[in-house]
Amino acid sequence: MKKSIGERIKRNEDPRLLTGQALFVDDVDLPNMLHAAFLRSDYAHAYIKNIDVSEARARAGVVAVFTAEDMGEDWQPGPPLVSPPPTVEGVTFHSRRQVPLAKGKVRHVGEPIAVVIAENRYIAEDAVEDILVDLEPLEVVSDIETALDPGAPLIHEDLESNLAAHMIQRVGDYQAAKTKADLVISRRIEIDRGAAAAMENRGIVASWDAKSQHLTIWDTTQAPIPIRNGVATRLGLSGNQVRVIAPFIGGGFGPKMMMHYPEEILIPWIAVKLARPIKWIEDRRENFYATTQERRQVHEAEMILTREGKILGISHTFLHDSGAYDPYGLTIPLNTESHAMGAYDVPNYFSELTVVFTNKIITTPIRGAGRPQGIFVVERLLDMAAKELNMDPVEIRRLNFIPPEAFPYERVIIDQAFSPLIFDSGDYQPVMDKAVEMIGYEQFIKEEQPRLRAEGRHVGIGIVPFVETTGVGPYEGARINIETNGKVNVATGVGTQGQGHFTVFAQIVAEQLGVDIKDVNLVTGDSAEFHWGTGTFASRGAVVAGNAIHGSASIVRQKVLKLASKLLEAPEEELELVDGQVRVADLPRLSISLGELAVEANPLRGAVEPGTEPGLEATSYFGPKYGATAFGVHAMIIEVDPETMMIEIKRYVVVEDCGTVLNPLMLEAQVHGGVAMGIGNAYYEQLVYDENAQLLNASLADYLIPTASEVPRIEVGHHETRSPLNPLGTKGAGEAGAIPVPAVFAQAIENAFADQDLEILEMPLSPNRLFELLMEKEGES
Amino acid sequence: MNDLFQVSITVNDTEYQRAVEPRLLLSDFLRHDLALTGTHVGCEHGVCGACTVLFDGFPVRSCLMFAVQADGHNIQTVEGLGSPDNLHVIQQAFWEAHGLQCGFCTPGILMTLVPFLENNPDPDEAAIRHAISGNICRCTGYQNIVDAVKLAAQMMRS
Repeated sequence: MKKSIGERIKRNEDPRLLTGQALFVDDVDLPNMLHAAFLRSDYAHAYIKNIDVSEARARAGVVAVFTAEDMGEDWQPGPPLVSPPPTVEGVTFHSRRQVPLAKGKVRHVGEPIAVVIAENRYIAEDAVEDILVDLEPLEVVSDIETALDPGAPLIHEDLESNLAAHMIQRVGDYQAAKTKADLVISRRIEIDRGAAAAMENRGIVASWDAKSQHLTIWDTTQAPIPIRNGVATRLGLSGNQVRVIAPFIGGGFGPKMMMHYPEEILIPWIAVKLARPIKWIEDRRENFYATTQERRQVHEAEMILTREGKILGISHTFLHDSGAYDPYGLTIPLNTESHAMGAYDVPNYFSELTVVFTNKIITTPIRGAGRPQGIFVVERLLDMAAKELNMDPVEIRRLNFIPPEAFPYERVIIDQAFSPLIFDSGDYQPVMDKAVEMIGYEQFIKEEQPRLRAEGRHVGIGIVPFVETTGVGPYEGARINIETNGKVNVATGVGTQGQGHFTVFAQIVAEQLGVDIKDVNLVTGDSAEFHWGTGTFASRGAVVAGNAIHGSASIVRQKVLKLASKLLEAPEEELELVDGQVRVADLPRLSISLGELAVEANPLRGAVEPGTEPGLEATSYFGPKYGATAFGVHAMIIEVDPETMMIEIKRYVVVEDCGTVLNPLMLEAQVHGGVAMGIGNAYYEQLVYDENAQLLNASLADYLIPTASEVPRIEVGHHETRSPLNPLGTKGAGEAGAIPVPAVFAQAIENAFADQDLEILEMPLSPNRLFELLMEKEGES
Repeated sequence: MNDLFQVSITVNDTEYQRAVEPRLLLSDFLRHDLALTGTHVGCEHGVCGACTVLFDGFPVRSCLMFAVQADGHNIQTVEGLGSPDNLHVIQQAFWEAHGLQCGFCTPGILMTLVPFLENNPDPDEAAIRHAISGNICRCTGYQNIVDAVKLAAQMMRS
């Protein structure tokens, strides 16, 4: 079998992307197309007293204006994305779903109030300005810590409070263990909001063909199949009347997994209503107000240990900010719970999560999805413990790692998919060893750091391991067929946002069928080609869709061998698939091309055996019992300028164990990008809201995304512990780069100011904030 | 507001005569009037760099200019650089070095680099990072972009 998996192969999709020939949603241009623009709320919390759209409707070039009232019975809250966890006792969950257009009340800045449809976007935006809306401002719930105060304004007035969800998970008996602990570390840990800020904003084009009664939607979604099913249901259509295409997507990072955004229901609804194609493209400002965000949580966290540094237990009670609605259920806080024990053997665990509604933009997963918060909590507590016990930070981690013989390791709590949290496989020490070696840990702390400190320089090192639950179910599928020209078609339901699916999936197929990866045509995210699937999220594409493709390719291979064996009159085990040919291994002259076989597999006349299926085609599905858990270690050497608090990352090392590596070129690049986002989360990117829940930095000039000047060279090492849960042995890696970066930053910056005894218990930092923390320290001493 | 102005703009060596509103952005003119959709729009306030095109050879943000300002000038977009079967050397280098992921910011980065590499045939890493510091990429962490630029420079010199 020709080796393709694991090779550094450049990407099939690149020539089109590099030349401006790849189709993005905003590139779709249809005859008679109209354009949408939204009037969005300027207030975070207000009653809508009146909306006067008469002037907007009268403007030349305006075709229609819709408010919630105009939708009549079609106005309904969006379909829920995920359900609350059913398997845990005593769980509270109040589902409050986002609405297509606000009715009666607005609950966050940017919530859509009205939509204008016009001949072009310029006119549509002019007409938005014509709308007179009378809002009566209400008291605002501007933060999670005041949301449950008695007398706090109610965001959803049918509820008794702003509580969205509450649940407790336990392992062992934390309180009993605490009585035996030698050391108790308690800290308040706070993480704030950030944006995914994909370079492409969201967008939708919807086109209704009244004659064929067929709706086509181009959508910047990570989940084209669920979008199709949801829109069809909402509009009273059958699934096969709706085609959703997620073409090339300019970055996803989580928020494009959210569904259904108000616009995702509204724009198709209007397209049917007006029987004209409608385009809506989000602008950057809207992206800050209308696309989901993540990360705000406040933890009261505690770790108990023996004097030798062995963890006896972890406890944390935390508040999670859901924003104005909670369509994404408990995915984020459950992920935090799953990761707040890190990579360690923790016999006792108590976790109490409280999700509250605030008058802020809805939160849904962003790359990391609750995991960075969990890792930050456990790694911070461990760092504090190491300091108390005068232990080396690497040593205390080694002491507590789950040992290799303990896998599969069950955590006894439920994960984001409501399955028992089980770490399928892992071997953590060698990964830590490699990171320690690559960063030159011993040499740095023994020689370089003392020398630089003597020069008065503030250099610090951080080294932090992390786990990542990946590749969760339920399932993905793929259909593969060989064309009569010998090319291979692959269709799968996941969408693609730059991960390199066109190449890595082709590699999986090429390995089975012996074709060049350039001869594998992949279609992702087009419901007309494949209409089963859930989407690209939770670092699951390569694991779940990848293994479905592997499964289908294996079946096609069997069909190829069976037919070729008959035609070549040679036993199957003597056949090999090479260069698009099936040949007899010892007699390469005796061969037949895959294209010819495809012709033979589809006879036009004659009798066949009963049960024969035409073509060289197969469809199969893969659904894992539970997710595959990846592991890695990040290490960083940082220098802080004590005058400006500007940082220089002098080294950044990542050792990643995500099981079988499908394409190291692309894996490393995924890690680079994740780390860059993590650097933003740690030191640059913070969404700043004021006491009125107004977002103060809603532009790329004010919300600072790291550029090439801030992101260092990242050195990536690999270690492979295959997952036993899938035939390819893969684990996900899409979010890995981002997860431990804040924890590494905190450790390294503390280390750079070791003499000041600085404690970093919050993220994101910034030069300003670090300066303040150091001033506070100075004030204390 | 709706008065139209006649403009004559040369884009990728083709002269286009169009009547445009004075407020029409150059980015929208290229994308929607001329259907040259390779130029992408990421922020519409001149920060992200995705919409960068060459204006008489100089890189500009097409979202910060009006089409009428380009009257009588030469514009080059990514479509004028190379085709899938005949990639420009910088495009080829980005392919080889895996210098893109989602590809949305890529056209703007390529157009930023064309004059940069003409003026700096052998740039070091710091110069490359400075050159692309006005272009935001959310996918790559920039490392493979930097490597692609080094490779492109090397390919252009030989």
